[in-house]
Amino acid sequence: MEWSDEGIVLSARRHGESGAVVILLTREHGRHAGLVHGGASRRARGLFEVGNRVQAAWRARLAEHLGHFSCELLESYAAAVLDDPLRLSALTAATAVADASLPEREPHPRAYDGLRELLETLETSPSDQGIAARWSADYVRWELALLADLGFGLDLSCCAATGSREELAYVSPKTGRAVSATAGAPYRDQLLPLPAFLAAETAEPADAPAVLAGLRLTGFFLDRHVFSHSPGGAGAASQAPAARERFIQRLRNAAS
Amino acid sequence: MMLSDMERLVQLLARLPGLGPRSARRAALHLIKKRESLMLPLASALGEAAANIRNCSVCGNLDTADPCGICRDPRRDTATICVIEGVADLWALERTAAFKGRYHVLGGTLSALDGIGPEQLNIDGLVKRAADPAVTEVILAMGATVDGQTTAHYIMDRLAGLDVKVTRLAHGVPVGGELDYLDDGTLTAALRARRPL
Repeated sequence: MEWSDEGIVLSARRHGESGAVVILLTREHGRHAGLVHGGASRRARGLFEVGNRVQAAWRARLAEHLGHFSCELLESYAAAVLDDPLRLSALTAATAVADASLPEREPHPRAYDGLRELLETLETSPSDQGIAARWSADYVRWELALLADLGFGLDLSCCAATGSREELAYVSPKTGRAVSATAGAPYRDQLLPLPAFLAAETAEPADAPAVLAGLRLTGFFLDRHVFSHSPGGAGAASQAPAARERFIQRLRNAAS
Repeated sequence: MMLSDMERLVQLLARLPGLGPRSARRAALHLIKKRESLMLPLASALGEAAANIRNCSVCGNLDTADPCGICRDPRRDTATICVIEGVADLWALERTAAFKGRYHVLGGTLSALDGIGPEQLNIDGLVKRAADPAVTEVILAMGATVDGQTTAHYIMDRLAGLDVKVTRLAHGVPVGGELDYLDDGTLTAALRARRPL
C-alpha cells in the first residue's frame, strides 16, 4: 500500500528514542496516522510542529497497518505566529479540534481546505489587530463548517418558527436551527445567542462578544455531537480539547 | 522465568537512551571486563547519586544539596531569573558561561497531547520568586516550538501584574549557519527580528 498526499500536522507523539507517531489531516485520505523514523530527532522535529503543511508519502504492507510516513515541508504556518499569543492559541486550538473530531482514514476534503484557509489567514493577519481581526470570525466559521462536514450542520438560513430570514438572533439547542428575535423572545433563556456575523445574509464585522458567542454556539454542538462521543467522553460535562479552552480564555482576557 | 544476573544487567542497560539490546550487551561485557576499575565505581556512583541527588526546592535544578549550588552561589545575579524547560537546558546555558543570573526549571512545557497542564509545571514557584522586589527581569528561554512558545505566553500572562521585565531569547540565524541551509520558519523569524547595525 502506498499513497502520496498533502497534509497538515495535527499532532506528533514521540515513539521510542527518536521516532514519532504523526497524525496528519490529509486532503484525500482524511486524518491519518503513521510512524516517522527519526521524526523526534533534532533535525526532523521542526518539520512536525502542529499546523505545518507537508507533502506526505505513506507506505505499509497492508492497509490496516499503521505504516510509515516520509514528509517534506511545504509551509510552516506555526513559525509565522509563534510570537503572537492569540494567533498561536487559535492555531493550536484548530488543530486540536480537528484531531479530536475527525474520524480516522475518512476523507474530509472540505475540512482540510477550511483548515488550510484558516491557517493561511492566521499567517497573513497583522499581529496588532488582536481579537478584532478577520481570523477570529473565520475560526468560528471554520468550526461551523466542521460541524456541517461531520453531519451536524446548523441551519442558520431562516427562523425555525416563522420562516423569516430577518433578525435571526438565537439558535435552538434542540434542533440547531435559527430562531428570530421576535419568535425567540419568550424562550431566550433556553436558546443560544446567534451572533450577527454568523446569521445568513449579513456581512457585519465581528467584535469580541460576538466571536465569544459564536464559540459558545459551536462549542455547545461540538460537545454534544462530537467530543462526548470521543473515547472516555460519554457522560462527561465537556471533552473539548484543552487547547480550545485556553484559546477561549485568551480571547476573553484580550476582550476585557 | 528467572533471569540471570547478566541478562538482567543487559536488559536494564538497554533501557538507557542511545543503547539498544546489542550495544547493551557490549556495554555489559565491557563492565564485566573492567570490574574493578569501572563496574564497581560505577555501581557505587549510581547508588550514591540515587540516594543524594534531588530537585532544588528553589529552582528545580538537580543537585546533591538543597538549595542547589547555583542558588547558593553569592556571585550570581539575583535580579535575573532565566526560565527553562528542563535541566538539560540549564546545562546548555551554563556551558555558554554567558548567563550569570539564576534559573527556574519548569519541568516541561504545556502539552495538551501529553496531558500536561499548568498545574503539572513549576509555574506557581516562578510567580512567587518573580514577586520578590529584588527580581527585575525574567528571561523566558523556551524552545522555538509551538508547545514552548505556548508555555512562554502563558507564563507572560501569569507575570503580567508583577513589576518585572519579561524577555525571551531571540530566534534567528545560528552562529555558523548559512542562509541556504536554513528552514523557512527560522528565516522568517530572523527577518522579522532584524535590527539596525
